[in-house]
Amino acid sequence: MMMASLNLPERIRQDFPILQRKVHGKDLVYLDNAASAQKPLAVIEGQREYLSNYHANIHRGAHHLAQLATEAFEGARGKIATHIGAAHTEEVVFTGGSTDAINLVAQAWGRANLTSDDTVLVTRMEHHANIVPWQMVCAEKGAKLVPVNVLEDGTLDLDDYASCLEQHQPKMVGFVHASNTLGTINPVAEMCAQAKAAGALTLVDGSQALPHLNIDVQAIDCDFYVATAHKAYGPTGLGFLYGKKSHLESMPPWRGGGEMIESVSFEGTTFNGLPHKFEAGTPHISGGIAFGIALDWMNGVGTENISHHETRLVEHAHAALGTLKGLQIIGTAPHKVGVVSLVVDGLHPYDLGTLLDGQGMAVRTGHHCTEPLMQHLGLESGTLRMSFAAYTTREEIDRAVIALDRAINMLR
Amino acid sequence: MSEGLISSRQQEVIEEFELFDDWMDKYEHLIELGKDIPAIQPHRKTDDHLIKGCQSKVWLAADETDSGAVEFTADSDAIITKGLVGLMVRVLSGADARAIAEADLHFLDAIGLHQHLSPTRSNGLASMVKQMRLYAAALAARQS
Repeated sequence: MMMASLNLPERIRQDFPILQRKVHGKDLVYLDNAASAQKPLAVIEGQREYLSNYHANIHRGAHHLAQLATEAFEGARGKIATHIGAAHTEEVVFTGGSTDAINLVAQAWGRANLTSDDTVLVTRMEHHANIVPWQMVCAEKGAKLVPVNVLEDGTLDLDDYASCLEQHQPKMVGFVHASNTLGTINPVAEMCAQAKAAGALTLVDGSQALPHLNIDVQAIDCDFYVATAHKAYGPTGLGFLYGKKSHLESMPPWRGGGEMIESVSFEGTTFNGLPHKFEAGTPHISGGIAFGIALDWMNGVGTENISHHETRLVEHAHAALGTLKGLQIIGTAPHKVGVVSLVVDGLHPYDLGTLLDGQGMAVRTGHHCTEPLMQHLGLESGTLRMSFAAYTTREEIDRAVIALDRAINMLR
Repeated sequence: MSEGLISSRQQEVIEEFELFDDWMDKYEHLIELGKDIPAIQPHRKTDDHLIKGCQSKVWLAADETDSGAVEFTADSDAIITKGLVGLMVRVLSGADARAIAEADLHFLDAIGLHQHLSPTRSNGLASMVKQMRLYAAALAARQS
């Protein structure tokens, strides 16, 4: 396994056509994987194959193409269920992404279960996607939304978490598996156990975990788990909600329309069973199929190999960046996914990002859709974030450090 | 005459940037330009003059001169944005209100910096150009 991960990029880089291109005349160095990962040929070809060979609408058609498309789409659902260790395939609901999945739970579960006496607990390191949907339903129901603190090194304040559970007795607790801004991996299984003991349901936002870690929803024992395909080498516009069957069964549907019904009349409509009751309208069929292929690709490479490789990259980046004067790494938790956020004394991240772009490097600057976290850490202009994937090399990180050094000297 | 002023200034900027074929040289030049920006007075750097971009902040003030032209002063917390803002101010400041409101600003395209004007670039520059035109249009309406 060690050996396999050492030469991982060498083995897989040719799977990614985009990595061959140049930007502003320089070899592309793509370090914005936490925003979206690039796609391997298998995913690109799989989507093309579906669109050119067996596209049809699914579930209802009596014809051959409809059957092929349905099998492929439902097959992808099965691959997701297996990949995350769900007990039942119908516990996986296709959504438009993580944001859409959280909105589904906030609306379908939240509107039916929250009252003005209730609290929803989240953390200060959440992406806006795991804050705003709760804020909306809490405002509607008069419920409270309470954040758990984050410590200076970017780890979650687990003492504050325990006391929030005790003090507020929340009905729902939502937290990231891994932070998109800090890289911090949260102890999700322990957190779920504590929440369960306090009588709360749990929703884990796995957007940044799926591309980097092995996920086992039964071992984590969360009530809901969400993730998006495009950060895990799959297509945009698609993700999933995992929910324990009993919860999904008792939740009312959210969006109405075709696919989600059993029968419709003006006297009354009866709804379809799981998972289709939450999938109104024609889904993103090509996206679902391609996501299944992306998971096959990841499993072919080996999630452990990817994890191991990225951990080494983070260690290397932390060490190499430490040589630059005035640079501070934001988020130094002991367990991190491939995310390195940084600030440089007196310099605006936007300037640094622009000057890296000029040298062919793609990084992200700003608040990374985690404004409350940036406010909490006193970083008004946000950070510059480098984020890694299976194909990222140590040489690319070295090039980025040299480019950053040049940018700093130009701006000083 | 003022339209001619804006267009000849744009031409001047385009020729200046033709000297650079590398992106980093362009940015180096922008950083220098930012240092010479007609700075907004410190007491006017308030929320009233703040143009909110997603990432970098831009402050802009507009004043009418005795001859009825518009003079802009500005600042930004990001150095490259400041250079871009400086370019806009250099091209537009001192021109007639109507000419500013109606100006065809093609120079950013011509020097390859149009990407910084796209609304998704979130550096506040696109909003700033809009604000400059709005101010000029309002002043032109009062003048007529």
